[in-house]
Amino acid sequence: MSTDNRLLHALYRDMRRIRSLEERVSELFVRSESAGSMLHLSIGEEGIAGVVHAMERQDSFTTHHRGHGIFVARGAEPARMLAEIAGKANGYCRGKGGSMHIADMGLGHLGANAIVGGGIAHAVGAALAYKRKKQPRVSVAFFGDGAMQQGILYESMNLAALWSLPVVFACINNQYGMGTRVDRAAANLAFDDRARAFGLDGVIVDGADVELVHETAERVLSNARQGKPGFMSLTCYRFYGHARMDKSPYRDEAEEAAGRARDPLKKARDKLIARGAKAAELDALDAEIAAEMDAALEAAVNSSLPSVDSMFEDVFAPDQPKPVPVRTRLNAILSEAAK
Amino acid sequence: MSAIETTYREALRQALIDAMNEDPDIVVLGEEVGLYGGAYGVTKGLIDQFGPERILDTPISEAAIVGAAVGAAMSGLRPVAELMYVDFVGIVMDQLANQAAKIRYMFGGQIGVPMVLRSQGGTGRSAAAQHSQSLEAWMAHVPGLRLAMPATVNDAYHLLRHALTLPDPVVFLEHKGLYVQKGTLDTAQPDAPWGKAVVRRAGHDLTIVTYSKMLLESLAAAEQLAAQGVSAEVIDLRTLNPLDEETVANSVRRTHRAMVVTEAHLTGGFSAELSARIHESCFDHLEEPVARVAGEDIPIPVSPPLERNAVPNAQLITETGLWLVQRKAPAWAL
Ligand SMILES: Cc1ncc(C[n+]2csc(CCOP(=O)(O)OP(=O)(O)O)c2C)c(N)n1
Ligand SMILES: [Mg+2]
Repeated sequence: MSTDNRLLHALYRDMRRIRSLEERVSELFVRSESAGSMLHLSIGEEGIAGVVHAMERQDSFTTHHRGHGIFVARGAEPARMLAEIAGKANGYCRGKGGSMHIADMGLGHLGANAIVGGGIAHAVGAALAYKRKKQPRVSVAFFGDGAMQQGILYESMNLAALWSLPVVFACINNQYGMGTRVDRAAANLAFDDRARAFGLDGVIVDGADVELVHETAERVLSNARQGKPGFMSLTCYRFYGHARMDKSPYRDEAEEAAGRARDPLKKARDKLIARGAKAAELDALDAEIAAEMDAALEAAVNSSLPSVDSMFEDVFAPDQPKPVPVRTRLNAILSEAAK
Repeated sequence: MSAIETTYREALRQALIDAMNEDPDIVVLGEEVGLYGGAYGVTKGLIDQFGPERILDTPISEAAIVGAAVGAAMSGLRPVAELMYVDFVGIVMDQLANQAAKIRYMFGGQIGVPMVLRSQGGTGRSAAAQHSQSLEAWMAHVPGLRLAMPATVNDAYHLLRHALTLPDPVVFLEHKGLYVQKGTLDTAQPDAPWGKAVVRRAGHDLTIVTYSKMLLESLAAAEQLAAQGVSAEVIDLRTLNPLDEETVANSVRRTHRAMVVTEAHLTGGFSAELSARIHESCFDHLEEPVARVAGEDIPIPVSPPLERNAVPNAQLITETGLWLVQRKAPAWAL
């Protein structure tokens, strides 16, 4: 395989793993095994693999409520992700956080966030730490187009530019924030201009073209590593509803069909085949990934729920006193009164 | 109109419709309130009825949503700003606590801020730490804000209607677990005037003071207590500001025992305020200290068994009631 093909092949693999994982997340819900229904799938946004692939091992990132895909591409263990999404003890966050709060410091994942825009400034702060400690690391803030209308993004961009921080703002513009199409949320859709106004590099890239995303991300990340923070926005389409229960009644079928036709996975596959890859080989890869994800799903379903007592852990550091349970307090008060 | 059976969600929606028909200055603004019909469906169809000039879908910009509501309220409109989850109040706290709440006072009474901030909180959906909180204590601590927390279908309607006539900012907190709750709505007949608590069940051994969804758990507990020979009176506060201390004190002076039940965390919670006031007003009448049954002092975990155990339920209320009245120690007491 040529270098080009090898890269695209790796990106295709990451993207297939994202989609395959998300299909299992959906299945978890259908089987009533997920913790709740606030599950936001990244199907249609697999092009983000291009950004993740451009990151280095020591780099860090924050994500939003639709962050499964980014984390899979980063090398997350699917079984532990699905276990977390099912609220199990062996999940990434011990069943405390769930789908919208997966994190793993080992892989540089500083946290998924359920507050739109909530994680953006954390990447700026991480970059501040790397700069001060003279570490060659970049932090990437991933967020949706909805967060483009939150004030904290602009405060963050300004700080990043003012202090020349190694940070990248990566917007995943899937055209919707819940039921609101992006053109009903912003009068000016030239999001790259907004970044430039703060003194950042800004670029909009076709999120369906993972090679282009990767190439762009390499440039933006390398600039950031030199203290030139940047912004990139991936144009893509949210294939399904906002969360698992949403049937998207606010958009029509023609629009959905056109959006789904811009499929990053299919595009990469077609390119690979045009460059000489065998369909059978790609099918075999897909099957191998499907089997891996099926096994992860069963492992998650068969994992144990956390013990109720564990809910008092992690409020503070392990060597610190835990919160006093309500029953313990009632016991003390009523026993005292009985004397 | 005579009484009808409906849901908490529908009652809220009807209140908005009736209020908007009467007062052309009412506008609704917030995320997904228009085309989508509200994240929990409260504003469903309103955009068809009142048009996009009065039902404004906003970008995800909570600080500006509430800030704009403040300015509009100072300028002749009566905005209803919707905050999809009360947890997002972190983003709007300046506009709410430093601006909306203080404008009348700082400006020497020249102008008020007649707006309603509608939001919803509470557990029950495995929505995790940033989508499940009960943050009423944050608002209750701010002078200048009114605070309503309806538990019943009729209150959902009437408290919202009344909030939309008041001269000052009202925080109106719904519970995500109540939207599908069924009950009787009589648009001609509120359960009580605004600011008055309602005795939802009469009793003589114990007073349980609560509000919002914990009313349901408390009433279920009162039923269980009755089966064990304890007669519990259950008081629904309905509004935390104004706070009806009189109804509570009158009850506790008769029953001599009181329990406060909230879904919100115990420490620094509204349960502490209630307990303090009962101790102050009923000191000589109390046989036992006021018991606080409240949410654990932990963020809300996502895992269903943990989430369930992070907040009170009827069983815990019953056990505490039996202990208070009959000195019957529950299994968890030593
Ligand atoms: C501060 C805040 N406001 C509102 C919400 C509710 N909410 C969750 S996701 C979402 C849409 C976000 O859209 P976008 O940022 O484009 O991300 P996407 O869902 O498209 O991935 C909204 C409004 C929230 N979680 N946090
Ligand atoms: Mg979006």
